[in-house]
Amino acid sequence: MNIIVTIKQVPDPDIPPIHFKVDEAAGKVVPPPGVAPVMNGYDANALEAALKLKEAHGGRVTAITLGGQEARDTLKRAVAMGADAAVLIDDPNLREGDSFTTATALARAIEKVGEYDLILCGRQASDTDAGQVPLGLGEILGLPTISPVIAIESTNGGVKAHRMIEDGQQVIEAQLPAVMAVSSEIGEPRYPPLRGIMMAGRTQIPVWTAADLGLDDGSAAPKVQLRRLYIESREQACELVDGDTPEEIAAALAQKLREAKLI
Amino acid sequence: MPAANGVLVVAETERGGLAPISAELLGVGRTLAEVLGGTLTAAVLGSGVAEAASALGELGADVVLLADSPALGEPGVEAALEALTPLVTQEAPDILLLGHTPDMRELAARLAFRLGTGLTTDCTALRVEDGVLVMTKPVYGGSANAEFTVPRARPQMATLRPRAFRPAVSDPSHHAEVRHVPVEVGAAVRSRVVETVREEATTGPSLKNAKAVVSGGRGLGGPENWHYVEELAASLGAAVGATRAVTDAGWVPPGLQVGLTGVTITPDLYVAVGVSGAVQHIAGCSGSRNIVAINKDPDANIFKHARFGVVGDYKQIVPPLAARIKELKR
Ligand SMILES: Cc1cc2nc3c(=O)[nH]c(=O)nc-3n(C[C@H](O)[C@H](O)[C@H](O)COP(=O)(O)OP(=O)(O)OC[C@H]3O[C@@H](n4cnc5c(N)ncnc54)[C@H](O)[C@@H]3O)c2cc1C
Ligand SMILES: Nc1ncnc2c1ncn2[C@@H]1O[C@H](COP(=O)(O)O)[C@@H](O)[C@H]1O
Repeated sequence: MNIIVTIKQVPDPDIPPIHFKVDEAAGKVVPPPGVAPVMNGYDANALEAALKLKEAHGGRVTAITLGGQEARDTLKRAVAMGADAAVLIDDPNLREGDSFTTATALARAIEKVGEYDLILCGRQASDTDAGQVPLGLGEILGLPTISPVIAIESTNGGVKAHRMIEDGQQVIEAQLPAVMAVSSEIGEPRYPPLRGIMMAGRTQIPVWTAADLGLDDGSAAPKVQLRRLYIESREQACELVDGDTPEEIAAALAQKLREAKLI
Repeated sequence: MPAANGVLVVAETERGGLAPISAELLGVGRTLAEVLGGTLTAAVLGSGVAEAASALGELGADVVLLADSPALGEPGVEAALEALTPLVTQEAPDILLLGHTPDMRELAARLAFRLGTGLTTDCTALRVEDGVLVMTKPVYGGSANAEFTVPRARPQMATLRPRAFRPAVSDPSHHAEVRHVPVEVGAAVRSRVVETVREEATTGPSLKNAKAVVSGGRGLGGPENWHYVEELAASLGAAVGATRAVTDAGWVPPGLQVGLTGVTITPDLYVAVGVSGAVQHIAGCSGSRNIVAINKDPDANIFKHARFGVVGDYKQIVPPLAARIKELKR
């Protein structure tokens, strides 16, 4: 089974809120000094799922990123984890785009890679929090799309995915090729083994531009425009409840809740 | 600028009736339609959903488009997408709103790509400014807000975060003009739901609509300590929630996850036990009227959002707290 995994490099989502800054005039996040960007968490989950399928059924895993040159680090990590190949799409006209731009560029790159049975994405990128690109890929490529997926089984000729719904899960049978957007419940990504890290150092990563993808005609121009990016503080003063014993603290807190008419 | 053709909302049903998000869609839809000076139309798709039409009228829809067909009775969004695409093309609304719920967010994204227009997902505020829809959406896990517009393409599409918008109030004297929409769904369904597994209902109230919620985080230390959360919840008559750290670890089912990629809740009281208060978690509970945090780390971010806090070990605090609450409630 040949699998393509779309992987985005994102700012580390775990940086403490006090270090999170935006440049309102530029409409951009100011990366905190010394904190390296990371592989989007759900994409790491998707890659892990792809590697497990490859281990069970054979095939090739190809990682594709749309990003700047710094995104090579994330692709190298994907190779170190076990991806067989990686492709970087880098073009200033595509990098500033929206979900439409990104899905269009990725779809063209996926067609250029050629043979694939499954496209695995993350359910959402931790910077955009949009969850649109996988569904866009499905539409552009004309493939069934399932999101969010928490388990994948290969059946003969097709694939079965477990999709999360509000109060449980659906088991969905889909024809291949298909697109799936993976959620964290599918399982923790592996750490790259030393052997993999050495391999990644030697792997050539081709770079494709908009022209290489036939997108230098503006056909991937964004539909959505950012008007403003800002931080909205909702912090409030916390009244700490204290006492000499846990019983005293508990009684004092319960009293506060009673006074606030919460119990 | 294309002529305003009003606002279209795609209502959602559950167990035969309207899902709560439908009233939220009509609430904000009405405000936007008034500013734009167009009609407010609600589409409802499904099998045996005719009764929803009158309810949508009472919630303020001017027109209800009823796509009622057995072909739309199966789970999955493919058939709904086939039915909705020509409907939206024909109506050509200026603004198209759906809920940010598991099915509708899939439907919305696929529809946006199919129609070649722009969509903003998981919006928490919408307004019209200079004739265009300004869509506010939390990004970077909730660390920042972004405002987006769709300058040229139409319709301007948004999905609404559940419980972030004030629902329309039902007025039994208000009626909509109901139009039946023919449904033609091709046989080209490439994916099929073969089984639906519902989680066993947990005891106590459901998380989504509970007045009080007690959530546990990784600080609990392990699933063997989960009973602390349940005991406190029982004393308050509260529903139980969890952080992603806890659901990913499999201590409790994924349906209990509160946050950006879990449930958004707005209870009167939210008690967070052993929860650090990561932005992605706060995204799902910041609408709570009162947050109470129990955490041994005085610098934990959760205290920045809490009204009351206790710095300490939950194992010491929770049992006497549950006991005291029970006494007070007696
Ligand atoms: C894209 C994305 C989406 C996400 N979506 C969600 C989401 O929807 N919901 C969600 O919850 N998370 C989500 N997360 C994860 C989130 O970033 C955090 O990792 C997670 O919320 C942390 O869970 P926690 O507070 O249980 O664990 P931790 O951050 O590990 O916090 C544990 C806390 O317990 C305290 N503690 C330890 N021992 C004790 C004790 N004995 N008594 C009292 N306190 C104690 C510690 O001081 C600490 O503050 C998302 C992350 C990403 C990147
Ligand atoms: N620039 C990108 N490069 C590679 N994959 C991406 C990119 N942007 C989005 N994706 C994929 O699409 C998923 C959803 O992204 P989004 O729609 O932005 O939330 C991500 O988890 C990735 O798998």
